Amino acid sequence: MNPLAPIGRTALAFLASTGRLVQFAALAVMHCILPPWYPRLVLRQILEIGYFSLPVVGLTAVFTGMVLALQSYTGFSRFEAESAIAGIVVLSVTRELGPVLAGLMVAGRVGAAIAAELGTMRVTEQIDALTTLSTNPYKYLVAPRVIAATLTLPILVAIADVIGVLGGYVVSIGKLGFNPTVYLHSTFDILEPMDVISGLVKAAVFGFLIALMGCYHGYNSQRGAQGVGTATTYAVVSGSILILTFNYFVTEIFFSV
Amino acid sequence: MSQDTPKISVAGLKKSFGSKTILDGIDFDVAKGESLVIIGGSGSGKSVTIKCVLGLIRPDEGTILIDGKNAVGLRGGERDALMQKFGMLFQGGALFDSLPVWENVAFGLIQGHGVSRADAYKQAIDNLGMVGLHEDVADLLPAELSGGMMKRVALARAIATKPEIIFFDEPTTGLDPIMGDVINDLIVHVREEMGVSTISITHDMASVRKIADRVAMIYGGKLVWTGPVDDIDNSGNPYVDQFIHGRADGPIQMDVRRP
Repeated sequence: MNPLAPIGRTALAFLASTGRLVQFAALAVMHCILPPWYPRLVLRQILEIGYFSLPVVGLTAVFTGMVLALQSYTGFSRFEAESAIAGIVVLSVTRELGPVLAGLMVAGRVGAAIAAELGTMRVTEQIDALTTLSTNPYKYLVAPRVIAATLTLPILVAIADVIGVLGGYVVSIGKLGFNPTVYLHSTFDILEPMDVISGLVKAAVFGFLIALMGCYHGYNSQRGAQGVGTATTYAVVSGSILILTFNYFVTEIFFSV
Repeated sequence: MSQDTPKISVAGLKKSFGSKTILDGIDFDVAKGESLVIIGGSGSGKSVTIKCVLGLIRPDEGTILIDGKNAVGLRGGERDALMQKFGMLFQGGALFDSLPVWENVAFGLIQGHGVSRADAYKQAIDNLGMVGLHEDVADLLPAELSGGMMKRVALARAIATKPEIIFFDEPTTGLDPIMGDVINDLIVHVREEMGVSTISITHDMASVRKIADRVAMIYGGKLVWTGPVDDIDNSGNPYVDQFIHGRADGPIQMDVRRP
């Protein structure tokens, strides 16, 4: 038994699945761009992905903003730099925590739902049925979800930004005794348009990745309840990991601009 | 096109998944208006055969001609044009569970043929009538239907686009014998009414005797017997004999460990 063989096999399997994923992504993007589109389905997915994720994302944002204010106070009060807290909160939320945490929450909520739905459709032959009814499943199932998630995530994150900053404000004023006017002033003083824009670009990328992973794993789901369960798990795990990976690279692109 | 061009002509069809050979050279023809029933045990490759013809699975080797024209590896517009000729009744019905019954039936009309929703609704009701279902069920969701009703709705969906070839995947599996017979009658009725060619796969012998013109038996990736349904009881073929009498002993060995 060659000890190198398992390494080679693993590497080949990894490359093969990466290839399949990239192929799937290319097809998905192509069908998002080329007509016919299904506006009704896109709207329904926007509602499903965006509107129904608002409570989860909002709660995540408000507590993140609140804890940020508390923790940075703990740190900055040690060298009397409390005035920096407003800036820390707004920059952390808009550039980093808003998009990443909203992305992770949506990956859990929406990525799983997409994978479970498409996986069940695969297992019960509904995806084959689409094809026999002259409907391309990429166009009918994948494209609307990818389009909706890519468009919706930036809106969700914009809302999360506002709620997160509000959370920090409430704690800073109510608990830490800051002056409201001064706090707001230093918040908006430090904030540049690019801070928000980079966060929203990240959100769009994350939205694309979440829907793509949900669709990919659901579409290729194995048979049975276990197959759908595995597809759902993979969708959430790979979606989350890709979010964190791409988060670094998008940050790096904006860092050098 | 001459009168004797077969509607479907399959030759040398081969398909493997990994190292497992499922189809090892399948040949058959289906004439216009004819009903071919493929019988065989579970996992013998019946489903793979019709999925190859439908274009859902790409065969490794072999030719599939529909109306004398190649049907393997088509893309885009050509594929769409060919799909318009096909209707398929899936084993579990494969109804879209997010859509009400009428929209399921009208799906191919709305998406594939660009019929307006109002017209499609009327046609869906007509098609539901053809399988003996009342307008009342039109607004129900598939989850609210019984097994037999689901099959009938699926049949209505398969015929709604007026296909020339209909595939039936285990049409009576999972139904009680009476409902199974109702479905068989509907299949015969639909065939007479529409003059379509059909390929069915089943292991229900009652269904075979009722809906088949011709029977093909698949075993080990090959067709081991093909003949008219009337010959099935004296085929002289040990595989067919074992299968129609449902005996565990015979040339067909199931992959079962004996106690």
